[in-house]
Parts: sequence; C-alpha cells; structure tokens
Amino acid sequence: MKFFSTNTASTNTASTNTASTNRAAPARDRILAQARFETVTLLRNGEQLLVALVLPAMALVGLVLSHSPSLGPGRRVDLAVPGVLALAVISTAFTGQAISTAFDRRYGVLRLLGVSPLGRNGLLVAKALAVLTIELLQGVVIGGLGLALGWHPQWMGLFAGGLLALVGTWMFVALAVLLAGTLRAEGVLALANLIWVTLLGLGGVIIPRTQMPSGLSHVAALLPSGALGDGLREAFMHGRLAGIPLLVLVVWGAVATALASRTFRWSD
Amino acid sequence: MTEAVSVRDLAKRFGATTALAGMTWAARHGQVTAVLGPNGAGKTTTIECAEGLQRPDSGEIRVLGTDPWQAGPDHRACVGVMLQDGGLPNSSRPVRLLRHLAAFHQSPADVDTLVDRLGIGAFSGTTIRRLSGGQKQRVALAAALVGRPEVVFLDEPTAGLDPHARLDVWDLVRETRDSGCAVIVTTHSFEEAQRLADHIVIVNRGRVVGQGGLAELTGERSLEDVYFSLTREAAR
Repeated sequence: MKFFSTNTASTNTASTNTASTNRAAPARDRILAQARFETVTLLRNGEQLLVALVLPAMALVGLVLSHSPSLGPGRRVDLAVPGVLALAVISTAFTGQAISTAFDRRYGVLRLLGVSPLGRNGLLVAKALAVLTIELLQGVVIGGLGLALGWHPQWMGLFAGGLLALVGTWMFVALAVLLAGTLRAEGVLALANLIWVTLLGLGGVIIPRTQMPSGLSHVAALLPSGALGDGLREAFMHGRLAGIPLLVLVVWGAVATALASRTFRWSD
Repeated sequence: MTEAVSVRDLAKRFGATTALAGMTWAARHGQVTAVLGPNGAGKTTTIECAEGLQRPDSGEIRVLGTDPWQAGPDHRACVGVMLQDGGLPNSSRPVRLLRHLAAFHQSPADVDTLVDRLGIGAFSGTTIRRLSGGQKQRVALAAALVGRPEVVFLDEPTAGLDPHARLDVWDLVRETRDSGCAVIVTTHSFEEAQRLADHIVIVNRGRVVGQGGLAELTGERSLEDVYFSLTREAAR
C-alpha cells in the first residue's frame, strides 16, 4: 500500500511551488477548520468548561437567590445578569486564551501551525472566531438562565451590550496574548487565574462599583473589568451605550495590542 | 536534477553567539539529505530559517525557489515540517489532529493509510499528553507528511524510537523520497545517516565541514571516523 501515489510526476519536475496537486485549501476553509478545532478542544476541556459556563452559572444563581453581597438599587437579577456576562467574557477571552496560548507556545504548537498552510494570521483569526463562538454560547446559557430567573433586560440595550462585549473581547484577548507571549506557561497559568479572581472580587465585574469603597471604586472605573461590568449594566438596565466605559476599554485594548504585537514570541 | 533547498552563505547571530557562519549546502528532489553535527553546530537554526521560522542575518536561502521568510500558504502547503519538540496540541487525539491538519490542504495524503503505516491506530484514542515519546514522534512525522509535501524537514525523526518503529519510519522516509520529495533529516545517528541518506552534510560551528554521498565522503573510512576528525579538528 503506497501512500504517495499521485504526485510522483509533478514533484520530480517541480522547481517551484506550482504543482497543481499540492496547494493549500482556501483561506476561509483553513480558518474555519482551525476555529472549529479550537472551539471543540475548549468545550471538551473540563476545566475550561467549568470556568466558562459552570462557575458563571453558579454565580448567577447564587447572586439571585441570596441577599448579599449588595448589588445596589434595582432588581437583583437585573443587576446580576450583566455582571455575570462580563465575567463570562473575561473567563473566555482572557483567562482561557492566556492559558491555552501559553501552553501552545510552550509545546511548539504555535510554531507548527505558523508553518502550516494556516499560518500565523490565520491562527489569530481562528482563535478570535473560537472565542466569539464560545462567548455566544455563554451568552445564550447565562441569558437563558437569567430569563428563567426573572431577568427583564432592556432589549434596546442589546446592540450597546454586544458592542461592549466585542470591544471587551478584543481588549481581554490582547491582554491574554501579551501575557502568553512573554511569560513562561506556568507563570501564565498562575497569573491568569490570580487576575481572574482579583477582578472578580475587586474589579467591579459582578459587584457594581457603587457598592465598593470610593477609593476602590475609582480604580475599578479605570480597569477594563469595571468598564465592561458598568457598560453591560448600563446597556441592559437602561438601554444606553455608556461612553466612558467604552473609552476605557478602547484605550486598554490599544495599549495591550501595541505591547503584544511588539513583545509576542512565537516560540518558548 | 533541481535543487529543492539551497542554502548559500547563511549567517545568523544571537547576541554574542554565532549560530551560522557561512552555511552553504543544497538538497535535491528525490534524495534524502542528512545534516549531521554536534549540538550547537547550527543544524536547527538552519532548518528553522528554511521553514520560515527564523530570518537569517545575511546569505540566501531558497526552498522550492521561494524565500521561506513570510512565504504564502501555497508555499507552506508544499513544505512538511516535523519539529524537534513536536508542536502537537496536548489535549487533542492523534487521528482527530491529523484529519484537522489535512483539512489545510487541497489534496492531502490519506490519513487512514498514514495512521496504519505508522502504527498510530494502536493509540488513536489517547490524548497527545499521555503518549510516550516514541508515539508522539510518530504522530509528528505523520503531521509532517499529511500534506504530501514536496520538501519535508524532519528534525531527529527516530530519536527515542524502538528498533521496529525505527525501521517503519525509515521505510516511510524512503518511500517519501522515492515519490520525488526532498527529505531533509537532521540526526545524531551515524546509522541513520548511513542507511538513509543519499547526501550527507556535516556541520560544525555554523558552517559545513564536509559533504557528499556516503562513499564520496568516507572513502575507506567509517562515517564515524570521518565525522569525528572533521568536527574535532575544526573545534580545535
């Protein structure tokens, strides 16, 4: 059984890369294949699934059914759902991507995919698509759970919320890539989890800034986590696009992207 | 015969370390070219320049007539790569991964045949993380061949394999060569170079210290003798 069967003639005479049997699949197919591969890999990973879906869902149920911590004035479920959506974005775009990219770099996966027909740019686009797919799934699960628990969103704010989630995703992925491209994989694992827990507790994500001491509240306003939490609450509670949170996310995103593109190393 | 890979006067420094100092050699279609040399001789750096992973400071490198640095997807589709550290995602399973990599190509090799030839079926359901070194090695080789490349770079393809697996790999490498592919193998094994290579390139301290066919290179002596005399003398 010969596994090389048809390209003998073409390769013997090939001095350039024009042999007709040996071309890359179209860019769209390569990117979609990689996005699908990454999405399925993430969904099959128990820890990732826990951080992406189970913990946010538990947080939502816990917040809605309990009376503390205080989420401020308004219906509890209406305050809780946007915060948990922000948490879901941070889990997937930041923690999940930082850890998986760091280990892919460590094990040479980024190098191998970089020299495959997919290429480096294709890999970046595919990763972005995989993150957005998982976020969409998170949105459906958390939003659905929220509705079941009595959430009354301002549907007018869906566009603003979507825009903030997109900008927030870009910002947090850039931050993830900045970490993953410069630190050792173990360091990224520890740091990404630490940052996730810190932002969860003190970053103005789930607990609105209005319920935090004023010093901390001012800091959280300038953090991407606080901006995303504030922005999503504003969108879904009042149907408005909040300018300052959007600006905070854009500035962080621009800085993180510039730094990441300068410092990212594809190999360990 | 056409040159599939040509490396001309390649130089590369990393800080104060000189990795390549005028490396020059070529590899042809339908031949196995073995690059032999001590650790730090510049084997991997040269191969990485040829794969487009690194850019040389000076000199010229052509793979299938193309500068590999930032070459496009159709070029990369013609070049197979087996990295020393494997480059396989830890949480995936061999067959799913190979099918996925095949999807990057318009007319890939038949994954089932490749899996069968390399005995990957026996551990197809195990995640890469849990495979032994030799098993990973076989998956990495399959990954390099899945696009039916015209040039393939194999970094120590049989390191860590048991004798049977090594023969399987050598058979597959010969068959790949016989299909017209240019196979470039880096190795520390004289046996591998002797049994497999049509052309042997011995490198030391960033340059070529000897090359040719086995008979041409060694004459009456053993490859091991020639290797040590070339790499030790040059080191003094």
